[in-house]
Amino acid sequence: MAAVATCGSVAASTGSAVATASKSNVTSFQRRGPRASVTNDSGPRLVSIAGTRPSVRNGQLLVSTGLPALDQLLGGGLAVGTVLLIEEDKYNIYSPLLFKYFLAEGIVNGHTLLVASAKEDPANILQELPAPLLDDKCKKEFDEDVYNHKTPESNIKMKIAWRYQLLPKMEQIGPVSSSRFGHYYDASKRMPQELIEASNWHGFFLPEKISSTLKVEPCSLTPGYTKLLQFIQNIIYEEGFDGSNPQKKQRNILRIGIQNLGSPLWGDDICCAENGGNSHSLTKFLYVLRGLLRTSLSACIITMPTHLIQNKAIIARVTTLSDVVVGLESFIGSERETNPLYKDYHGLIHIRQIPRLNNLICDESDVKDLAFKLKRKLFTIECITKLRSYDLRRQRYFLSRHLQRKFSIKKNPYFKKPHTLKKIY
Amino acid sequence: MFVELNNLLNTTPDRAEQGKLTLLCDAKTDGSFLVHHFLSFYLKANCKVCFVALIQSFSHYSIVGQKLGVSLTMARERGQLVFLEGLKSAVDVVFQAQKEPHPLQFLREANAGNLKPLFEFVREALKPVDSGEARWTYPVLLVDDLSVLLSLGMGAVAVLDFIHYCRATVCWELKASILYLMQGNMVVLVHDSGDAEDEENDILLNGLSHQSHLILRAEGLATGFCRDVHGQLRILWRRPSQPAVHRDQSFTYQYKIQDKSVSFFAKGMSPAVL
Repeated sequence: MAAVATCGSVAASTGSAVATASKSNVTSFQRRGPRASVTNDSGPRLVSIAGTRPSVRNGQLLVSTGLPALDQLLGGGLAVGTVLLIEEDKYNIYSPLLFKYFLAEGIVNGHTLLVASAKEDPANILQELPAPLLDDKCKKEFDEDVYNHKTPESNIKMKIAWRYQLLPKMEQIGPVSSSRFGHYYDASKRMPQELIEASNWHGFFLPEKISSTLKVEPCSLTPGYTKLLQFIQNIIYEEGFDGSNPQKKQRNILRIGIQNLGSPLWGDDICCAENGGNSHSLTKFLYVLRGLLRTSLSACIITMPTHLIQNKAIIARVTTLSDVVVGLESFIGSERETNPLYKDYHGLIHIRQIPRLNNLICDESDVKDLAFKLKRKLFTIECITKLRSYDLRRQRYFLSRHLQRKFSIKKNPYFKKPHTLKKIY
Repeated sequence: MFVELNNLLNTTPDRAEQGKLTLLCDAKTDGSFLVHHFLSFYLKANCKVCFVALIQSFSHYSIVGQKLGVSLTMARERGQLVFLEGLKSAVDVVFQAQKEPHPLQFLREANAGNLKPLFEFVREALKPVDSGEARWTYPVLLVDDLSVLLSLGMGAVAVLDFIHYCRATVCWELKASILYLMQGNMVVLVHDSGDAEDEENDILLNGLSHQSHLILRAEGLATGFCRDVHGQLRILWRRPSQPAVHRDQSFTYQYKIQDKSVSFFAKGMSPAVL
């Protein structure tokens, strides 16, 4: 940790002076903080905020999305200042879960929350947050699983799950004492009332706000979006998330959650008509929101019913204007429910886009076939294909010991044998 | 600046062509590495650059620029780079009433017809300074990216008009006191939506393709994601003013993006496969 601190102070000193093309490890630890405080900040730049950690690739400040599995797929977590867009599944069953995990993570880490919804009162949303799993309870849960599943295939599954298990524990970085990065939540229990009350949260419930007479700047967005943008901007400015208040020593992250954006409840008609009058409202909103986020210490999750949007071009534009895009596809009601390949899972999860921030490349995971399930009160994401492509030079892909013995695969790199899938498929 | 790409395009910062419009296009992949290439290329060629960055913040370009060997903060301080940060300016325009016209004025209006304020900004930024000696070689306008303007409510025709005006100003500009043509270059990035049926985007892309001298098209592989080959780059040289008597030259390469550079190779000749 001392090395990290010195890198931070070196970065601060070279901030306003001539920045020569020095070694990347010195400049890569520049935390992308608010621009206003670059020259004013006299203290050490790398003040650690609870629940965040720098990315290993470029020192970007990351927050957890509430699901350690998703954090790993996104390259460590969600970068501060970016938007996570969740494309809702058809019946909106699993996307509220991801939304709630994000907010619950904020409460556990002590971040400020801003919850916006046109359908439910934010206070009710907060009451329904899942309870965090404590360390020893969590370990016990997975010990039970090891006893119950003796078959070798499930050992492989356990290996993946164990990898996700081990990751947050190993990543415990120094000065942030009690909180680690990424927690597990029990979807069947509610968050304790005292934790919710101790947290600092702001709610935006559209039916209440639309009738009040806030001073509205002229803008061409629908009134609901305009009011929401103003609300967010007020909170950021008043609570100093954009660095405009230098007195606040203890910096914090603002987690913004917007539910069902783009649905008709927000006053937008892109889900009703193909070429409505307000076809640019949503994209303009996203653009200005991203502008607000980039200049403040905040992260945002948005769930959007993209399957309802009539105009496909808008979905493409929305994807370009968001940073991380994750799509959920549940099997309920579709023909895949009876497909034996998917019998253990509840749906597919597609990582459609990962941003390239401060870098030419991004941490895209090689695994593209991901499925999720709500297993034993926990939301897990697993790779659905058991066999990966054969690579001549790298190490062998994993086959269970059982299969290796049965088919007696030789360790001959020049002998490319096509491997058949297992019989249950 | 990627040295391999310079070799493929047969240019160096010292002897780059002037008066050209370069179109960067990406389909199913991210073509922003081309923007970083051209930004560092023209800064190294000692040109005056006006960068309209609508999609990312200044620090993003600056950090990548440091990896490629240019310092954007220094360039901005000595006046070589004029940077319009779209995200930050949008917040200023939407939340505070502006006294003088702002380049992104169209965000406040419901039916903004044209991008005139933005054009005025570009013209002001690239105006030749009457200081006697020419400090910078020629002006360059870089836009990243034009498809965002469509998302913000402008029509395709308005964006094409903007590019036309910019081209008239940047690519052919006469200095009043000393009559010599200071031809500048323009580089714009447009996303190709593919089968998303974005008509406005298609109009914009086709219109620009017919006007441009050099088209760099970054495509994802038809077979999907690959760890060792990130995509395919198609380079097309055109001569829009002359009739197409002889064919336009076109090359295709595959590429892999690394931390500080991009390596290009012929199709199927990726080092991972050989």
